[in-house]
Amino acid sequence: MSTLMTYAPAFPELLLAVAALLFLMLGAFNDDNDKTGAFVGWLAIAAMIAAGALIVLQPADTKSLFNGAFVVDQFARFMKLLILGGSAVAILLSFDYLTAKGLMKFEYPILILLSTIGMMMMVSASDLISLYMGLELQSLALYVLAAMHRENVRSSESGLKYFVLGGLSSGMLLYGASLVYGFTGSTEFSVIANIAQSGTAAGNIGLIVGLVFMLVGLAFKISAVPFHMWTPDVYQGAPTPVTAFFAAAPKMAAMGLMMRALGSAFPGLEAQWQQVIWFVSIASMLLGAFAAIGQNNIKRLMAYSSIGHVGFALVGLAAGTQEGAQGVLVYLAIYLAMTLGTFACILAMQRGQDMIEDIDQLAGLAQNNLPMAFVLAMLMFSLAGIPPLAGFWAKVYVFWPAVKAGLYPLAIIGVVASVIGAYYYLRIVKIMFFDEPKEKFAPISTNLAVVMGASLFFIFAFAIPQLGGPIVSAAEAAAKSLRL
Amino acid sequence: MEIGLGHYLTVAACLFTLGIFGIFLNRKNVIVILMSVELMLLAVNINLVAFSYFLQDLTGQVFALFILTVAAAEAAIGLAIIVVYYRNRGSIDVDDINMMKG
Repeated sequence: MSTLMTYAPAFPELLLAVAALLFLMLGAFNDDNDKTGAFVGWLAIAAMIAAGALIVLQPADTKSLFNGAFVVDQFARFMKLLILGGSAVAILLSFDYLTAKGLMKFEYPILILLSTIGMMMMVSASDLISLYMGLELQSLALYVLAAMHRENVRSSESGLKYFVLGGLSSGMLLYGASLVYGFTGSTEFSVIANIAQSGTAAGNIGLIVGLVFMLVGLAFKISAVPFHMWTPDVYQGAPTPVTAFFAAAPKMAAMGLMMRALGSAFPGLEAQWQQVIWFVSIASMLLGAFAAIGQNNIKRLMAYSSIGHVGFALVGLAAGTQEGAQGVLVYLAIYLAMTLGTFACILAMQRGQDMIEDIDQLAGLAQNNLPMAFVLAMLMFSLAGIPPLAGFWAKVYVFWPAVKAGLYPLAIIGVVASVIGAYYYLRIVKIMFFDEPKEKFAPISTNLAVVMGASLFFIFAFAIPQLGGPIVSAAEAAAKSLRL
Repeated sequence: MEIGLGHYLTVAACLFTLGIFGIFLNRKNVIVILMSVELMLLAVNINLVAFSYFLQDLTGQVFALFILTVAAAEAAIGLAIIVVYYRNRGSIDVDDINMMKG
């Protein structure tokens, strides 16, 4: 019994792994139809809630397992709760769409569960091997999810593109990891950190080349410029609920992995990695602001928007301080809520059996369906960063540490980029409220309405200290345990 | 001539570069891309095993075994996606993968 309890910090992952295997059996021994699929979907949500509860109940300390390969601290707990929230809501959003398209197979929630386990391993990794295994467990499930709509040429094309570029990025990351291993003599983050802090590290070319290769691989995963090419195509081609999932959970996990790797494996090399983060951050903010302007497909627009938001989040990381890391975590939490709400609205754009993805078709939504138009308008305002909505506070939390750390150019470019970006968010609001109304959308299902309502509440309530405060202080505790 | 760590690293770096160029310069067939990805992973394995031998540390070889298994799973998924894509499009030429742009 006591041997079992030494693994207690890993119970959430173990619970999900066992649940995924059980659900696979359940699906395999039942009729292969929509009912089984939806049932497994609800079970998967329940398993994720249970895992979340286990994480909340854990004592707030730092535990290291499996010879230091797996670490559970406040940072890991914070990120895991975000990941579980994103995955569970993504499943909740998918029931109606998948049933309508005849895609509600039991494999879908199981694949999401498996990739969620991978993501949770990623943010807990403190060894290059466990980092790689978590990353691949996540990625392999995501490739399949993107290509899930087998009869649809766009879906399979997006799966293929994601696979090729995902494979390339894993290769880059691994090559970097092999160099880091060779030039430090260990795959453990703690040993690498000791060498990175040892004064001679800046002259250790192999280590620095390895670090840059790893950063390139990670930049692919968070879809930061110049490694963003796959994002718009994958977002557009994948089935919409899968896109919602891509925009939510994997982004959190990849950001978490990046912070973990930089914070606990390369603490002495800030001067080296900050330059890279700097460049990537500026390029992402600007591309996110400009490239989205000409888009008419709302999923593609959300892809460019997500590239821009990654750039904003990286501003906090570029500051390289604990406060900056806290800002990134707050940003991620708020972005998660906004993006899930927006995708709930996108999934509600439906006429009969047809899913609408063109922004033009939102014309005059305010006259046909005022509540939905209001929710979408508020989410657009929040994504653009207009006060007092949550998106504004997110930007404050990342720009302020950057200013304090003396990164004025970065903060100024960030503000300029968010003003330019506001144009395309506000264009959607203008189309909804001032253009000639088009045909009505189908009635909104309960699941989507719940998610829309919750995200609307969140973006308004974040400014209230009693509600936003706990998130900010949890992020502070998480950033502290990261020792960035 | 003694064959040292540098020689192994050079071979691995050459193979890795070939893999990357195979992905970007190849305009013919997706299968070639799959082979290039595989080549990159094998270059990493050469690196790891060479380091492992010269550091007298087993971790690198364990890492290489993990990479081999994951690469096999990845190839299986990649081929499955290519089959699905071929059914829809009737071709796996790289130039034809252009349904979405912008």
